[in-house]
Amino acid sequence: MPGNGDDQRVHRLSRRAFIKGAGAAAAAARLIGAAVPLPAVEVADNSSPNPDGAIAERLGPGAVTIELKVNGAARKITVEPRVTVLEVLRDHLGLYGTKLVCDRGACGACTIHLDGHPVVACMMLAVDARGHEIVTIEGLGTPDRMHPVQAAFVQADALQCGFCTPGMVMSIAALLEDNPSPNIDEIKRAVAGNICRCGTYPHVFNAALAAAKSRGAKPKGGNA
Amino acid sequence: MHEFSYEAPTTVDQAVKLLSADGDSARIICGGTDLLIQMRNAVRKPRLLVDVKAIPEMRQISFDPKTGLKLGAAVPCIEIHENQTMRKYYPGLTEAAHLIGSLQIQSRASIGGNLCNSSPAADTSPALLALGAVAKIAGPNGTREVPVEKFFTGPGQNVLQKGEIVVQILIAAPAPHSADRYIRMIPRNEMDIAIVGAGACVTLDGDKVTAARIGLGAVAPTPILAPKAAEYLIGKKLDEKTAERAGELAREAASPIDDMRGTAEYRRHVVGVLTRRALLGAAERARQN
Repeated sequence: MPGNGDDQRVHRLSRRAFIKGAGAAAAAARLIGAAVPLPAVEVADNSSPNPDGAIAERLGPGAVTIELKVNGAARKITVEPRVTVLEVLRDHLGLYGTKLVCDRGACGACTIHLDGHPVVACMMLAVDARGHEIVTIEGLGTPDRMHPVQAAFVQADALQCGFCTPGMVMSIAALLEDNPSPNIDEIKRAVAGNICRCGTYPHVFNAALAAAKSRGAKPKGGNA
Repeated sequence: MHEFSYEAPTTVDQAVKLLSADGDSARIICGGTDLLIQMRNAVRKPRLLVDVKAIPEMRQISFDPKTGLKLGAAVPCIEIHENQTMRKYYPGLTEAAHLIGSLQIQSRASIGGNLCNSSPAADTSPALLALGAVAKIAGPNGTREVPVEKFFTGPGQNVLQKGEIVVQILIAAPAPHSADRYIRMIPRNEMDIAIVGAGACVTLDGDKVTAARIGLGAVAPTPILAPKAAEYLIGKKLDEKTAERAGELAREAASPIDDMRGTAEYRRHVVGVLTRRALLGAAERARQN
């Protein structure tokens, strides 16, 4: 929609332009999510909805302008109530690191953090995300400042085609926030909802164990 | 997905009014983990979604050792699993909530949603049946309470009338030396629908069983109780032998079908196995209470 600040559909071209390397470089790009240059971030005004995001007014069926907190920034978008968080991330905000695969909550490729918990972005309406903190793979770390889980995935070669990887990373990052030293069964449980068709699971488990260890050295971890 | 409107009321009254006004074309959304799939498949086409997650009493877990549990129908499964009261007093229901889909799904899905979706294979339903849980329902004509065993009327169907909402799930405080357990069988290790689910709750007096309830999922048009198996145990010592016999009696309560996950014959066999294990597991916990 023209004239709506953030709400400009970002062309995939910029993502294609970014992922142009080969081998390890391309793999690393997949791993941290395509770092698409984002449209200017609008600063939130403080008259945001209550903490539960509840607004007792009818929204839609036409497009409405809502505000979502994504990777620490308030983003204004104009969407119909039927639009999912996944569609907003990819089609409105240019955050292509969150992958669209099954679009029915079964594969985990679109795993993000909602208030710190792992959720699948395809199974959540954007209007339902008002008032919540969304973190995507792009918000977890950058190529220069990788999150320990991202760095561990590079080290452990924990990907093949890489399509499930952002979701795997998000699931394991959420696990480590909750449980800093998980055992292998807890790791398996954490990525049970992340389907890898290449069968890279053993390397994923190794990466998770290594990330837990590296975070142990720096207790707060995170992308700082 | 088709076009629809969305509203997130903050009181039960508002939600009831919205649902009553829009009748069959309004639908409650909580976690949306079943509903959004049904809408994508055009199985349901509500014109209005009423989001109940902003209603405080539907988001709270309150427990009183005398009056028992009031579990908000919209509490996400992950909060149930993280709640120490739930883990301590209702470990079987808590483990059922922790088995639904993936952790990503558990972050959104609720027990109230699982109940109202009314799948015969819903994981939390046998656990609720075993605990003798009651659905507290609000509607245009006030509130009513329906025991879970009277809630389901068929696959995907229940007693809810136009404008009605399950607000809370009520469960009595556990009696001394009682406990629950839920076990299910799925064709793979994770992310699947139960072939059989078995929930058991037993109360012991020394070695003897003084009360027992067994709930079964995925083996009938609705989740069911296995009352004969439960009655058989009263006054007996719960051991491998009596648990085995209770399993046999539970098999008789089942009327499973063949589907891609398993044959009726296999399901009936698994009912016996899981009932035995759930009973022994519940008894082991009960002895520690």
